[in-house]
Amino acid sequence: MAPYAGLVTVQVRDLVRKYDDRAVLDGVDLEIAPGEFVALLGKSGSGKSTLLRALAGLDPEVVGSGELVVPQQVSVVFQDSRLLPWARVLDNVVLGLRGSEQRGRESLAEVGLAGREDAWPNELSGGEQQRVALARSLVREPELLLADEPFGALDALTRLKMHALLRKLCAAHQPAVLLVTHDVDEAIVLADRVIVLDAGRLVAEEVISLGLERSAVDPEFAAVRARLLDALGVTL
Amino acid sequence: MTTTTLPGVRAAVRRTPAVRRRRLGPGKPIKFGAAIGPLLLLVIWSIGSATGWIDQRVLSAPWTVVSTAGELIADGRLQSNLWTSSQRALLGLGLGIVLGVVLALISGLSRLGEAVLDGPIQIKRAIPSLALLPLLILWLGIGESMKVVTILLGVFVPIYIHTHNGLRTIDSRYVELAQTVGLSQREFIRRVVLPGALPGFLLGLRFAVTGAWLSLVVVEQINATSGIGYMMELARTYGQTDIIIVGLVLYGALGLLSDAGVRLIQRRALSWRRTLAS
Ligand SMILES: Nc1ncnc2c1ncn2[C@@H]1O[C@H](COP(=O)(O)OP(=O)(O)OP(=O)(O)O)[C@@H](O)[C@H]1O
Ligand SMILES: [Mg+2]
Repeated sequence: MAPYAGLVTVQVRDLVRKYDDRAVLDGVDLEIAPGEFVALLGKSGSGKSTLLRALAGLDPEVVGSGELVVPQQVSVVFQDSRLLPWARVLDNVVLGLRGSEQRGRESLAEVGLAGREDAWPNELSGGEQQRVALARSLVREPELLLADEPFGALDALTRLKMHALLRKLCAAHQPAVLLVTHDVDEAIVLADRVIVLDAGRLVAEEVISLGLERSAVDPEFAAVRARLLDALGVTL
Repeated sequence: MTTTTLPGVRAAVRRTPAVRRRRLGPGKPIKFGAAIGPLLLLVIWSIGSATGWIDQRVLSAPWTVVSTAGELIADGRLQSNLWTSSQRALLGLGLGIVLGVVLALISGLSRLGEAVLDGPIQIKRAIPSLALLPLLILWLGIGESMKVVTILLGVFVPIYIHTHNGLRTIDSRYVELAQTVGLSQREFIRRVVLPGALPGFLLGLRFAVTGAWLSLVVVEQINATSGIGYMMELARTYGQTDIIIVGLVLYGALGLLSDAGVRLIQRRALSWRRTLAS
């Protein structure tokens, strides 16, 4: 983590979140440096979404304790694209931003959707809708991008394309990223660091030092994957 | 692709009959489909009158009705009565829409508003507005205000019910989205609440328009001295079925036209939706 030493965008200390007296997050400590890409893995029900929603400031009524520092500008990408069906694509991208049509257009061009500004969300494919959601997030120049299984509903091929796109966009905009995913390979391909949540605690951490071209046939890749799967309790 | 056909195997190579998949939607819209039914009725009516199968005293022939309408237009009675009726209907409709939308917004956006408003409106809904007529006549007399208020009372309920329902069924995921992109309360209402409730409102509007004409018919036959309903009432006392039919056709045409108008608005305003009909 050397390049990021000393600076933090996100700081979480001893975060506890409870639903009906059951601690879903049970003392989570996490720091994310500016521009760092962190992938969060965990079994279903381990509390990934709960952590992400806590960082996004959603569900303020949930019982909990701990220290939470997040930047001003946070963008969230959900599993569903969550585009307003009654607003055209461009209006969705600049939703709530005043006088930023031009930036919206540029943002759409960046995700490869130039020319579709006036389409209805219904007229786009699932992958295109998710790209609009990415444009909507990035046009706000977030310091922190939170994504909860953003590619979960996409087919494998579209997923691969989205990985490349996300890497390109993150390189250009340099937000800190917390990406929740089920997919170990996705985590290794995209992230600078992968963390594993289990029963409300962070149980493993892998700093990925594979360089930019990451291939699943690389023995180093396979070794990281094996360690992560082990942390997830999957025995091969 | 090239196909070589061997002599005796011809039948076997033939394209299998295309599997006709049953469409689940109703299929392509028929051009001017809405006009077919009414035209058919008109044809039956004409034939019945021409052959004497329909008694002229029971139901005047279409051409009699047309010439009567011509006379009514010529002496200006039709226009002036139509004008009075339209004014009543539009005024009642307009006020009812405003009242219904405002009440729906108050009760849809605040729990307190809902607690106070929803109950009484549901009770009002259970009472047909025409049943309130005796009370309204006592309170407001038999003048114009009684007529407009009766129409208003019939209009605001469907507007309220459907708009309120539209508001309440806006997906909470959009509310969450509005929070994450930091929409202000005003922007939230403008960008999410109002467009989200629009389909409900427009559905309510269709009921309201029909309801407005319905109420109009009733109030105009009670103690009116002008309007289409009055014209028909008067014709009844003289046994003029042709004038009564002119009135009926007018009411029907007005109802159809206004419903078509609302449907047009619906199509324009909801072009983002893909539904069974499109
Ligand atoms: N609103 C809620 N009320 C009660 N319990 C909840 C609520 N939201 C989440 N939980 C519980 O908290 C636990 C963690 O949920 P969370 O959604 O964070 O899991 P997750 O790791 O994101 O799972 P998945 O990978 O399936 O999305 C689950 O056991 C879930 O039942
Ligand atoms: Mg989840």
